[in-house]
Amino acid sequence: MDQFYINLLFVGASFALYFGIAIWARAGSTKEFYVAGGGVHPVANGMATAADWMSAASFISMAGLLAAGGYANSSFLMGWTGGYVLLAMLLAPYLRKFGKFTVPDFIAERFYSKTARLVAVACLIVASVTYVIGQMAGAGIAFSRFLEVDKDTGLVIASVVVFFYAVLGGMKGITYTQVAQYVVLIIAYTIPAIFISMELTGNPIPAFGLFGEHSASGMPLLAKLDQIVVDLGFAAYTADVPNKLNMVLFTLTLMIGTAGLPHVIIRFFTVPKVADARWSAGWALIFIALLYLTAPAVASMARLNLINTVYPDGVKAESIKYDDRPDWMKTWEETKLIKFEDKNGDGRIQFYNDKADMSDRGWNGNELTYNRDILVLANPEIAQLPGWVIGLIAAGGLAAALSTAAGLLLAISSAISHDLIKNSINPDISEKGELMAARASMTVAIIIATYLGMNPPGFAAQVVALAFGIAAASMFPVLMMGIFSKRINNKGAVAGMLAGLIVTLVYIFMYKGWFFIPGTANLPDNPDNWIMGISPLSFGAIGAIINFTVAYVVSSATEEPPQEIQDLVESVRYPKGAGAAVDH
Amino acid sequence: MVDDKSKAAAYWSANLRLIVGSLVVWAIASYGLGILLRPMLAGVTVGGTDLGFWFAQQGSILTFIGIIFHYAWRMNKLDRDMGLEE
Repeated sequence: MDQFYINLLFVGASFALYFGIAIWARAGSTKEFYVAGGGVHPVANGMATAADWMSAASFISMAGLLAAGGYANSSFLMGWTGGYVLLAMLLAPYLRKFGKFTVPDFIAERFYSKTARLVAVACLIVASVTYVIGQMAGAGIAFSRFLEVDKDTGLVIASVVVFFYAVLGGMKGITYTQVAQYVVLIIAYTIPAIFISMELTGNPIPAFGLFGEHSASGMPLLAKLDQIVVDLGFAAYTADVPNKLNMVLFTLTLMIGTAGLPHVIIRFFTVPKVADARWSAGWALIFIALLYLTAPAVASMARLNLINTVYPDGVKAESIKYDDRPDWMKTWEETKLIKFEDKNGDGRIQFYNDKADMSDRGWNGNELTYNRDILVLANPEIAQLPGWVIGLIAAGGLAAALSTAAGLLLAISSAISHDLIKNSINPDISEKGELMAARASMTVAIIIATYLGMNPPGFAAQVVALAFGIAAASMFPVLMMGIFSKRINNKGAVAGMLAGLIVTLVYIFMYKGWFFIPGTANLPDNPDNWIMGISPLSFGAIGAIINFTVAYVVSSATEEPPQEIQDLVESVRYPKGAGAAVDH
Repeated sequence: MVDDKSKAAAYWSANLRLIVGSLVVWAIASYGLGILLRPMLAGVTVGGTDLGFWFAQQGSILTFIGIIFHYAWRMNKLDRDMGLEE
């Protein structure tokens, strides 16, 4: 069977499943629309959270980042999992006890302030919109590559699918679709990894194969990889980083950013009890770890496979002739994601780090450039796996992009219908009216996200800086202080959020351009110019410290929060006696 | 009421102690063994590389899972022991 039809079959079957779930899980009330009725089993919620969390970036890009950066990019692995420890102990159980529908809901009530609600809504929308554009664009790319449609057509198909189950089912539809999407994406990710690990190391578990023996050479896999990348002039794969401060701050920013992202937090509002919220965080991390423990193996093995393809007789011997290149290179060349330029005119592909002088080998610069994202997508082809595995990757990549997009769209639309319409503009809106407003906001959010996915603005590439920077510097500290301190008042919270947010954004804009407009940066974005070597991407952690400090100082200088607010803090700390807060 | 108040305070400080202990383990596994202490552990080899690399790419994640389940188990037990569960 032609590869196109295999891909169509896998993607079509997975979409049929999502549609089926959408029809089964329609939302009849705002509680169902916002928090799936609050009755999701903790294991199911763990699975849904894992799909919600693992985006196109985790599925497609992370292994490519790890393959390129080796040890230095371990921050992504630790950062995007370690946040769940903070979530489980510092936020999720108490916010579940609070029992409302959105993250700004808590901020507004705890800090008895409309300004606080509006700042939180603004942060939520900027972080989530930036994030969702990448998901839509990722879905478009997956469609165009695997189903041979135009990228924009692919994006519209993806939007229609999301529209169907998100508008109809709200959080309820999204939750059960995410459970199915998790299953699709984890199978799609691990099966090729198992094949490749077997081929290279004989070990069926990729995470063990990574630290196992490279069958062909008899050396440990990582030692072999270190050796060949060093021979090609690259830094050793496992080399340590010189700037530990930056690595620590970057990891910390990703961790507290993860814990502060609203679309992740609201998933914990859907479980029945506080005790379930704690368990559920553990289950979520187990399901996430299945992919995150496999990704570093995929990364190192893909890099080894890629180099072996170019140097079939070893890196000391002649490289492959351009005319003899494998078929997968030809297919990906058509998408322009792999490029070859014969700089020394010998008809062979030289792939090395051309900062190292290799003119003694007759080499005149690196001739092969590739987009890092193709490593996972092309992995089955590079390893010559059967066609159905490629179809599986197509379905998996789409599941990862769609599940995260749906979660983000829900966070955005509930902030609009619940925080802005119901709680700021028109408090008298009926239950039915609010449900309709929620569906309408969701529709508008999908249309905007689709448009931005087709015409990505400059900030779309800055997900890590913007979404994690904002969540780390503004959302996480204010939520944590709201639970762990009775003394932080409305003025302290607003001042802290704004201070953390503004300083972080200014630091990012200084290096990346004001509002990411090209040419407006004050300083070149490289380690020599960063203050103490701190990258703009690592600054969210500093922003958080500023937020904590300002909130504390301002609160200490002003009056104590009223007694009923202190009682509210008491009540979220103890699981017993939920009652009152649950219903609106 | 007085009794309830002191029970609630005891519950909260037990929670805080557990959180601090868990965060120490959390930090040692990631920022410690995975990043800052890696040069000191360079002599401990694990499958072609060193222990610090293993902690950065595998060990820290496994430790995080352990921390969350331990915390959930201890807190849910504490809820029941103190009669504060839902």
